[in-house]
Amino acid sequence: MVSRLDAATGDDRAAAALAVAEDVVARALAAGATEAEALVTSEDAALTRFANSEIHQNVAETSIGVNLRFCVGHQVAVAATGRVDDEGLGALVDRASAIAASVEALEDWGGLPGPEGTAVLDGVEAGYADATADASPEFRADGVRAVIAAADAAGVLAYGSFSTSREGTAVANSAGIRAAQLRTSSQLLTVHMSPDGGTGYAEATATDVTTIDAAALGREAAGKARATERPISLPPGDYPVVLEEYAVIDIADMLGYLGFSALAVQEGRSFVEPGKRIGSGLVSLVDDGADPAGSPMAFDYEGVRKQRVTLLEAGICRDVVYDAQTAARDGRRSTGHGLPAPNPYGPFPINMLMSAGDTPRDELVAGLERGLLVTRFHYTNPVHPKLAIVTGMTRDGTFLVEGGKIVGPVRNLRFTQSYLDAIARVSAVSGERKALRGFLGTSVVPALRIDAWTFTGATEH
Amino acid sequence: MRDLTDRALDTAARMGAAYADCRIIRREDESITIKTGRVEGVASGESEGFGVRVLVDGAWGFASSHDLSLDEADRVAALAARIARASATALRDRVALDDRPPASGKYETPVVEDPFAMPLERKVADLLAADRLAAGVKGVTFTESSYGAVRESKTFAATDGSFTEQVITHVGAAVEANAIDGDEHQRRSYPDAGGGWGAGGYEFIRALDLAANVGSRAEEAVALLTAPQCPAGTATVILDPSQLYNQVHESCGHPTELDRVFGTEASYAGTSFLTTDKLAEGFRYGSDLVTIVADATAPGGMGTFGWDDEGVAAQSVDLVRNGTFVGYQTSRETAPRIGRSSGGAMRADGWNRIPLIRMTNINLLPVDGMSLDDIVADTDDGLYLTTNRSWSIDDRRLNFQFATEVAYEIKGGRRGRLLKNPTYTGITYEFWRSCDAVGNAASYVMLGTPNCGKGEPSQVAHVGHGVPGARFRNVQVGVGKW
Repeated sequence: MVSRLDAATGDDRAAAALAVAEDVVARALAAGATEAEALVTSEDAALTRFANSEIHQNVAETSIGVNLRFCVGHQVAVAATGRVDDEGLGALVDRASAIAASVEALEDWGGLPGPEGTAVLDGVEAGYADATADASPEFRADGVRAVIAAADAAGVLAYGSFSTSREGTAVANSAGIRAAQLRTSSQLLTVHMSPDGGTGYAEATATDVTTIDAAALGREAAGKARATERPISLPPGDYPVVLEEYAVIDIADMLGYLGFSALAVQEGRSFVEPGKRIGSGLVSLVDDGADPAGSPMAFDYEGVRKQRVTLLEAGICRDVVYDAQTAARDGRRSTGHGLPAPNPYGPFPINMLMSAGDTPRDELVAGLERGLLVTRFHYTNPVHPKLAIVTGMTRDGTFLVEGGKIVGPVRNLRFTQSYLDAIARVSAVSGERKALRGFLGTSVVPALRIDAWTFTGATEH
Repeated sequence: MRDLTDRALDTAARMGAAYADCRIIRREDESITIKTGRVEGVASGESEGFGVRVLVDGAWGFASSHDLSLDEADRVAALAARIARASATALRDRVALDDRPPASGKYETPVVEDPFAMPLERKVADLLAADRLAAGVKGVTFTESSYGAVRESKTFAATDGSFTEQVITHVGAAVEANAIDGDEHQRRSYPDAGGGWGAGGYEFIRALDLAANVGSRAEEAVALLTAPQCPAGTATVILDPSQLYNQVHESCGHPTELDRVFGTEASYAGTSFLTTDKLAEGFRYGSDLVTIVADATAPGGMGTFGWDDEGVAAQSVDLVRNGTFVGYQTSRETAPRIGRSSGGAMRADGWNRIPLIRMTNINLLPVDGMSLDDIVADTDDGLYLTTNRSWSIDDRRLNFQFATEVAYEIKGGRRGRLLKNPTYTGITYEFWRSCDAVGNAASYVMLGTPNCGKGEPSQVAHVGHGVPGARFRNVQVGVGKW
């Protein structure tokens, strides 16, 4: 059976998704819920993957999901389904109702969030591009061939992916929230490898896929792959570093994950204390779903409009992000950072932007007397969350810098480094920034020069 | 189901596919989350859909949909063929698959107590009781406990006549106790951080006996706040199975995936140091005591099934035999390139993902002789590391670093005081070559992880690891500044 959501096209799709959400809320209330919330997500996503300079995986999916929060007093249940026909939605409500009848009441349940006004919350115009929504397999193959051509020209091989997606999100709840948005996103990333062991990386993320210059990314990665051939070994130790944006996004993401969540603060596991200085005066970080430099979204997965939240202002902790439940505990309104329920991780900043500095990107390295230029990190993981001590490897372009000049590539190094200490020792920030895809969202970050970084091991390449 | 798979495969063939397969999957899941004695989340989910994979002009295409109608089967199969033709515009070598007999039959995970039929109240009560025992320990700041169950019903059909039906059931649970004082945050988990998981029914959860075990773990979390820091240096290390399985996973499981070796995961997870020349030369991966297999037939393992997602029958493949590297995890596409047949390691994360080479059950086999307790008794000076806390390894799977929740000092063959924030690091083959004791069959347990990530778009796999505990010499411990 083809549902009304499957049959809808274009802008009608957002309205159809909202209609499904409203229908599910009505069904839940009729089934005895005192509060109900329905989140409807739909996605048309495609990804073309390449390796050894040929396309080896090429996929597309059409998916729909309905997430229902069903409350009876303070007894809260969540059920989800991928079936949006009448039978599927009926079964969804039945399952949620049965769970709600079986669970204990949450003493501090703050209730579902209410609307700001009566209007339906729409998406951010800058968050959608027809070209991305309509991107074809042939369009992605064209982009991949441009990347491969750049690799061929440099005598290296290309490995990467080119993805495009259209995502619909609609939320309705019994408190009156009505929100629906369509967003698009695209990403092209490539690792180039040379026959002599060099590797290089380049990536771009955009709402409008036509702004991604595949050939330029191919040339960037190819240049670095050639420049990293025949690396030397360097002993582990403390070195000043310049981190390219591809590495800096890991710092932003990890700090967001470990600290800038209201739940992390409420559970005592965050490093954040309002007014406390944790970073250099050069480091400011906000979360802003409306900024077109990132990947705009109007509201969160609870249908609450996303607020601009200042996380770090000139190195000083200012605020954290909230969802409805953590906001209720602190007696304030959600900042619009809720994730789909059930969510034991709490709210999350998924539209972070780190402020640009006043140092031209190329001059960051010029300020290093002796240190390392790091392109990106690999497989990072917290070793001690509250101290934000993280371990990981460098990858795809690590260079020794002496006298402000790159003198050659070095083999990849392992670091075990407190990211709090790192942002405290930022001495220069690039004037340019890149939008890059992170853990859950897209962040906009500059390159950084950091006066000390602790490398604790080395590998063989 | 046959109506839909026949329709999709017929359409794919009509659109030019030399080979096509179709998987229809229905997935049910259930989860319970409890924090510090309060039930924070109870959720139930279901998802169903189908995916069609085709070979056209020697290139792959794949499309999928949640809509199980015959018209959608036509659309999806045609889209997969169109995508494959787009792939063929950037193709250097046509894909060739190994031969295998058409697959046919049914498989079902042995389940004693159906976790989805068990009353929800019973499952909540069991977890809540254990969580409250941990939360009640003086000094515990918060607890987080979880239960999960996943059931996947899967139909596979291919243009060679294969048709299989499988029902796979996995369950897991864990209690984590957290103690925080100032900047110090310590955690102890039972049975494992993120959950002890296995294939089977609720009998697996009962066997964990959460309530009997969480109290001591919670007490350790509190004790760790004032425990000495794990010292830096070189030490003899004994890895408890709760850490050893992670070591096997990262430093043997992933590098023996043949797709990584051929570069097809290079842009995301990376490649492998175990290149094919090392297979030919008989590379010395570890000491003589180290034998590791990929066994999709192992009882209770989360990598156990009847057929993989290419219709290759479950089997056991030697990866390392008495320390020598002897084999890879393979697929129908990769195995012929090293002159072998598929080892049956292709697994997909649901209906909307293609199969990739994924670990099945990667097991370090026990060695006759000492039990794990005997190994401790046989150690004069060392560290006993248990329960993974953090993991990281480089993109060729050489330089690794792990943290565990706790280290116990070993002096004179006895486990002694706790040490906090233990870490250790090494190079994969040097580490495994330093292995001088592996536990016997009495110490062997089937563990695993429900969150092994790989691929673009991302896929998460449930993976099993049978391990008995082992000892390693001259290991660098206490990494970083504390």
